[in-house]
Amino acid sequence: MQHSNIKFSESHEWVKLENDNTALVGISHHAQELLGDIVYIELPRIEQNIVANDTVGVVESVKAASDLYSPVSGEVIAINDSAINDPSIINNHPEDKGWLFKIKLDDITELDNLLTTNEYKKSIGE
Amino acid sequence: MDFNLFIKRHIGSNSFEQIEMLKDLGYQDIDSFIIDVIPKDLISKSKTLETPALQEHQALDKLKKMANKNKLFKNFIGLGFYDTITPSVIKRNVLENPGWYTAYTPYQAEISQGRLEALLNFQQMIIDLTGFNLANASLLDEATSAAEAMAMAYRINNDTNNRFFVDENTFPQTIEVVKTRAKYLDIEIHIGNINTLMSQTENNKYFGIFIQNPNLFGELCDYSHLINNIKQNSPKCTIIMACDILSLVLFKSPKTMGADIAIGSTQRFGIPLGFGGPSAAYIATSDTNKRLMPGRIIGVSQDSKGKKALRMALQTREQHIRREKATSNICTAQALLANMAGFYAIYHGKNGLTAIAKNIHQLAIILQQSLIKANIKLVNKNLIFDTIVCELENISDINRKLEEFSYLVGIHNNKLFISLGETTTIEDIANIIQVITNKKPSPNDLITNIALKNILISYSNLFRIDDILTHPVFNSHHSETQMMRYLKYLENKDFSLVHGMIPLGSCTMKLNAASELEGLSWKHFANIHPFAPKYTVSGYLELINALKEQLKEITGFDDVSMQPNSGAQGEYAGLLAIRQYQKSINEEHRNICLIPKSAHGTNPATAQMMGLEVVVVQCDNNGNVDLVDIQNKAAQYKDNLCCLMITYPSTHGVFEKDIKQICADIHKNGGQVYMDGANLNALVGLVKPAELGADVSHINLHKTFAIPHGGGGPGMGPIGVKKHLIPFLPKHILYSDPDNNYSGTSVSSAPFSSASILLISYMYITMLGKIGLKQATEIAILHANYIAHKLKPYYSILYTGQNYKVAHECIIDLRPIKIETGVTEVDIAKRLMDYGFHAPTMSFPVAGTLMIEPTESEDKKEIDRFIQAMISIYQELQNIKSGKFDQTNNPLKNSPHTLADLMNWNYPYSPEVGSFPNEHLKQNKIFPTVNRIDDVFGDRNFICNCFDFNN
Repeated sequence: MQHSNIKFSESHEWVKLENDNTALVGISHHAQELLGDIVYIELPRIEQNIVANDTVGVVESVKAASDLYSPVSGEVIAINDSAINDPSIINNHPEDKGWLFKIKLDDITELDNLLTTNEYKKSIGE
Repeated sequence: MDFNLFIKRHIGSNSFEQIEMLKDLGYQDIDSFIIDVIPKDLISKSKTLETPALQEHQALDKLKKMANKNKLFKNFIGLGFYDTITPSVIKRNVLENPGWYTAYTPYQAEISQGRLEALLNFQQMIIDLTGFNLANASLLDEATSAAEAMAMAYRINNDTNNRFFVDENTFPQTIEVVKTRAKYLDIEIHIGNINTLMSQTENNKYFGIFIQNPNLFGELCDYSHLINNIKQNSPKCTIIMACDILSLVLFKSPKTMGADIAIGSTQRFGIPLGFGGPSAAYIATSDTNKRLMPGRIIGVSQDSKGKKALRMALQTREQHIRREKATSNICTAQALLANMAGFYAIYHGKNGLTAIAKNIHQLAIILQQSLIKANIKLVNKNLIFDTIVCELENISDINRKLEEFSYLVGIHNNKLFISLGETTTIEDIANIIQVITNKKPSPNDLITNIALKNILISYSNLFRIDDILTHPVFNSHHSETQMMRYLKYLENKDFSLVHGMIPLGSCTMKLNAASELEGLSWKHFANIHPFAPKYTVSGYLELINALKEQLKEITGFDDVSMQPNSGAQGEYAGLLAIRQYQKSINEEHRNICLIPKSAHGTNPATAQMMGLEVVVVQCDNNGNVDLVDIQNKAAQYKDNLCCLMITYPSTHGVFEKDIKQICADIHKNGGQVYMDGANLNALVGLVKPAELGADVSHINLHKTFAIPHGGGGPGMGPIGVKKHLIPFLPKHILYSDPDNNYSGTSVSSAPFSSASILLISYMYITMLGKIGLKQATEIAILHANYIAHKLKPYYSILYTGQNYKVAHECIIDLRPIKIETGVTEVDIAKRLMDYGFHAPTMSFPVAGTLMIEPTESEDKKEIDRFIQAMISIYQELQNIKSGKFDQTNNPLKNSPHTLADLMNWNYPYSPEVGSFPNEHLKQNKIFPTVNRIDDVFGDRNFICNCFDFNN
């Protein structure tokens, strides 16, 4: 799928700018494929202030656990409860319904440092 | 007279078969082959074990003589270890049965449903007795489970503070191990009296509080009120309670009192004392803490047909996946002993256990009240379970007289400890009273004179009212016939060495010979208390010293400590020695631990427990440690380099030629070298770790030295050290050792941890002798190279060392196959079950591979059978490629096939292709009892008890 307003980190997270300086964060299709069936996620707390590249959570399958890094800085304003309750959403819809948390961006220009869809695809050899 | 030497029994292939294999590899003899495999400069020139090998009966005679030097007593010493009766049906069908003790950890769950069910029963038993809803499948011993519980509490409350309170009336060995663990996790330990902790302001100071109940002095207490007070002030403070498992049959559970975690030992559920072990410890808590729990947890899931099936759950907590972020470094636990304890509860049921516990409790009250009446000064005048502690003037005199009655009591801090066990009788109580009071009461008088009923009323608040052990499994097997059949029913579900090869790379599933194990059943080894006076255990001390000398010669180290209770704990004790040594030379700041990328997960997990920062060293394309990278990193961190943890031969199964250089580089930069002994089976008799440059190394007695794996423990991991580290080997608070001046802090409950199983390794070494040990190593290497050679036309061998040879194991790379056919390493592992094999190690050390270690104990026929199975699987892969088999509905993807499948065959290939793909299987077929297990379902719907699946 194509998102013009979606950016990726090298550690396989995506950020999608919503409006007014808020953004959704999730893991890429490629990342969920590498992990396999996801059974558990740990997300940052609502109102938690996070700094770009911080470890803010964990995504686990049966045989792998991967730290979740935030590609951007800001305050967490929502987390995806349905993904916590049923992590298979992340496997099935990693880049929309399987979003992980919503963040109020401190600095929108941080997005400029991230990869475009094409750049990300290239980085994972697609 | 060498026709009956053990070496010919231990090594599977005979000399003709060995010559055949050598010929296949292009060699005339074993010497020229070994020279091509092992870099010449590594081969030791120093002597190993000059004494000749003994035949089996000779070694047994020698062992028997040692055993007879141990003096048998009734044990009243207590302090966490109690006389118990192992039901013979459990002893013969489990402890002495290779179907149980030779199995591996149940990673291949489809052929492990028997012991998984047994471990689930253990978890249910712990859940019932502690009142919590989550228990794991055992830890190493009570003291380490206390340390694990503290570390878990710290993870629960990592944002509060670093102070941990331990009640002073806790077993001293528990306090010591907790102190050891706390130090490098930066936890501050406060030891004091729990009853003075009542003041509200004090409470906020601690992230966790540890209480033992009944405590060191046998006092039993309802802590509900105190815990409630603490929680009101600091709701986050985690309360850990150590509980005697047998006392919980009668008394209120720790959960009911408001505790958050319970720990303890299950030794007194039918596990012989064995001079300290092995026995299983437990840990239980609330489901909400499940991701912070250490160790293996058995969980319920379903198979591909929707049938209930068990497997290990939530493995992402563990070191093999999470590495330095794991909840603990524990891997080998005490599966065999946990199963035995669970079976003890199943055999006795609630009523039987209650009778045992009540008998002990009432005899203890009779003793206590009689002594009070006789004006003997008791430390515990109030509520007790099984222990009486007296303060006596003439303590040594009394002790001597008790010994004349063949009673051993505990003397600690000038007090006399008397702990009753399952074997205690009213006559014993009368005798003890006679010795202490000089008046012999008649047993009958004792029973009538003490108004038990009235006294028991004072306990009424403490007795538990909730029901326990209600599941049918605890209420169905009380006759010996039923019990025997249940044990066999479970055993029949499992694949062990009695069925065929278990070629697990890095696990060394060699023969566990009957002669090596026989001594375990002798009461002179089985019924010895770990804190018995030295003069009563000279047989054990002789055995331990003899094994120590053997291991020193084999490894080249200057001393060996038997205290570490598993390989992972050996790593821990080794790093402790290093850090304590560095402190002694004012280099405590060194905190960087280099670890190659290919290391076992335990290495980084252990380093983390020791407060070290892990820096990963890369491997080159040949699987060797990248020499440039390690030199650079050693130099870069030279000011803070603590150590390198390295496995030799490498986890890639290769003899790296640069190992001496690597060790020298680490030393040059101020670091120490920890050598992981997991692969020692490729070195014994040829190469000595100490001569390679290692300062310390653990020795997995359950891999290289024939202790059986027990289905996931026991194991032992003694450490060998060079001279400068000797002073920092672990001491023990209850065992003074005038011969050695160890100052290192303790890591185990008992001075020699699981001491009884040391006799297995002693017998192994004694019966193989110098020549046999060397030959075992050579043949293990030969077998691995033969397999690699035979499989090479079909599968790619991932890494080889000099002259394209592997060490004692080889890795086959299945990643190209996945790309071509969609078949994964898991599919091939499960398919091997259909062929009657346990899979090799999956995806370690490289994802998408299988690592094969045949060991020296398999014969050529069995090895060829395995090779044929792998070639046959290769043909199946070709059939998928050519389209003869469907891409997803094929024998590999549908494996393993069960007996039930035969009744209702709905696959697009014949039952013969699915279940009997070769002729041998028509003679000898083992059916997995469940189809492929759905791990995802089980981890998404976590259940760790016997009840919830059907709901």
